[in-house]
Amino acid sequence: MARRDVAIVATAQRPNEVGSTLTSVELILPVINDVIAKVGIERQKIGFWCHGSCDYMSGQPFSFVAAVDAIGAWPPIVESHVEGDGALALYEAWVKIQTGECDVALVFSNGKTTSGPIDRILNLQADPYMVTPLWPGFDSLAALQARACLDAGVLSEADMAEVAARSYRDALNNPIAYAKENVTAEQLLARPYTTAPLRAHDCGVPVDGANAIILAAGDAARSLAERPAWIRGIDHRIDTQRLGARSMTESSSAAIAAAKAGVGDDRIDIAELHAPYTHQEILLRRAMNLGEGTHVNPSGGALVSNPAMAAGLARFAEAAESVFSGSADRVLAHCTSGPMLQQNLVCVMEGE
Amino acid sequence: MSEADGIMRLRQPISVTYNWSAGPNATSHLNGLLDGTLVGKRCPGCSLVYFPPRNGVCPKCARILGDDVVVGPRGTITTFCVVNVPFLGQKIKLPYVAAQILLDGADISMQHLIQECEAADVRIGMRVEPVWKDRSEWGPSLENIAHFRPTGEPDRDMGVEAGAS
Amino acid sequence: MFTAPLVVAYPYKRTVGTLLSRFFQSLQEGRLEGTKGSDGRVYFPPAEFDPVTGRQLDEWVTLAETGTVVTWAWQSAPQPDQPLERPFAWALITLDGADVPLLHAVDAGDMARIRTGSRVKVRWADERSGGIRDIACFDLLEGAS
Ligand SMILES: [Zn+2]
Repeated sequence: MARRDVAIVATAQRPNEVGSTLTSVELILPVINDVIAKVGIERQKIGFWCHGSCDYMSGQPFSFVAAVDAIGAWPPIVESHVEGDGALALYEAWVKIQTGECDVALVFSNGKTTSGPIDRILNLQADPYMVTPLWPGFDSLAALQARACLDAGVLSEADMAEVAARSYRDALNNPIAYAKENVTAEQLLARPYTTAPLRAHDCGVPVDGANAIILAAGDAARSLAERPAWIRGIDHRIDTQRLGARSMTESSSAAIAAAKAGVGDDRIDIAELHAPYTHQEILLRRAMNLGEGTHVNPSGGALVSNPAMAAGLARFAEAAESVFSGSADRVLAHCTSGPMLQQNLVCVMEGE
Repeated sequence: MSEADGIMRLRQPISVTYNWSAGPNATSHLNGLLDGTLVGKRCPGCSLVYFPPRNGVCPKCARILGDDVVVGPRGTITTFCVVNVPFLGQKIKLPYVAAQILLDGADISMQHLIQECEAADVRIGMRVEPVWKDRSEWGPSLENIAHFRPTGEPDRDMGVEAGAS
Repeated sequence: MFTAPLVVAYPYKRTVGTLLSRFFQSLQEGRLEGTKGSDGRVYFPPAEFDPVTGRQLDEWVTLAETGTVVTWAWQSAPQPDQPLERPFAWALITLDGADVPLLHAVDAGDMARIRTGSRVKVRWADERSGGIRDIACFDLLEGAS
């Protein structure tokens, strides 16, 4: 079966914040209505709805069922949910469109990351026999990975601080970014360790956020957007869950996903990498062979606003917007999941 | 760890503490419960009155709910079940009746207990009223209402005919 | 606005299968056993299935109580339920005789005392019930690193 041409035609994100008192449903509803208003489509024309979130964020079992309240599910709709980042829901929606069952899909995700101890909560994703009973937290697992990279000479603390400084400065131009600061790497290096070798700026800031994206196929996409962001390749790979059995200094799953998605076929103008830790951005750039010509995370990335389960889909939104505006022709969006870059989803999009 | 058939069972309790927010659209509803008033919200799109105001949105219209509307306190049973099954954490003597109650002025029903009558006498269309706990026990919760009991009014026709096919 | 503390807790009991049953039984009895992978690499804790080939693993290897830190991080403010209540190191530790490291805690006392390559030794829990916490943590081997 020939692959259908599918594009992102619209995106919406709410400003990232800390300590939101909204319910998850109240968080989601405005972004869904925004993204629908942007393309001016009737709700009934949306053939598939797909949601990415995690019940452990809101502390409410089956909170994803309550989330259906936010999408106006009357008359009844075709809907699915992924217990994970919204970018994985986008992948499901892309597959759904490939099956020919629908032409237009709406993907959304939300993370109320600050209502609970996120570092503890993410532990529940880890190996339940050998890792979760120790309650290490994702910051300390990432710190183990960073130390291995430092020891191996793959990167330096200064390289990590440079990533953070660039992200914090780029965030000054992003109205929905949470953390932003005109700061240099030297200034950041003078700050104390939190979980050595990580400092606060090395770890993505947990925030509450929500976003939505509309995907459409072929002519439907052309009719809904002036310059759709066409998905040219998309691939998802996973490393072993055994922390000790995979390389700490490279990401083979990211490298394979990038190759399968066709990252190396041509230059990449902008890469929105979902790197919740500074050293992980460097590992991802190396795994995907991204060079000087690629602007990484002009939005500031997940370092400056990391709404758990929505930060990956946010990368897709940011990358697609740069195609809509004409500021980029060929872009990369990436999402990670699990500790130490365990899972990697890579997507290449182009304008026409 | 316990053992059966050579297979271990690993005890692994997990717990997470959250700071839960009911959201801005539930505020008037919860404030109402604090002084014994039942407050729902009207959808500005379809005009339906929601009690409780769910997550602050109308799931039919995908809109944030609008004006506060005082409903009840009396209502009508729209459906019910008789619970005979014991389960962990059960607080009420078996058998008891859990019912969906449509409060006067509301458009969606809410679930609560029916007491002060035989389970066998409960029926769809039966009129009921809330029995509040002592005020000293009140919080921002529907648990302020201990249960609902029959009012003795004539049944309301709920459009359900016994034996209709 | 109404906010309230909310505790979500589940008392899970997990059946661990035949291979991990043997592993946790041996831990409870104070022995360290790993499995050998398809490529001859020894896993501790044991891998049930080879991470590369997917083959079920059943060749057991008994390991020493000593090992080497391959990477570490400093938990300056210990969190609830973690192995130690005072600042400690998380580490990936390869036991002598094993090839694939495990995650655990090292009671180093001070960040300056641990480094990659440090030699460590298992400290057993006073009461063992079958589980990875039967290893309370690791101690630094003085003067050996
Ligand atoms: Zn409505």
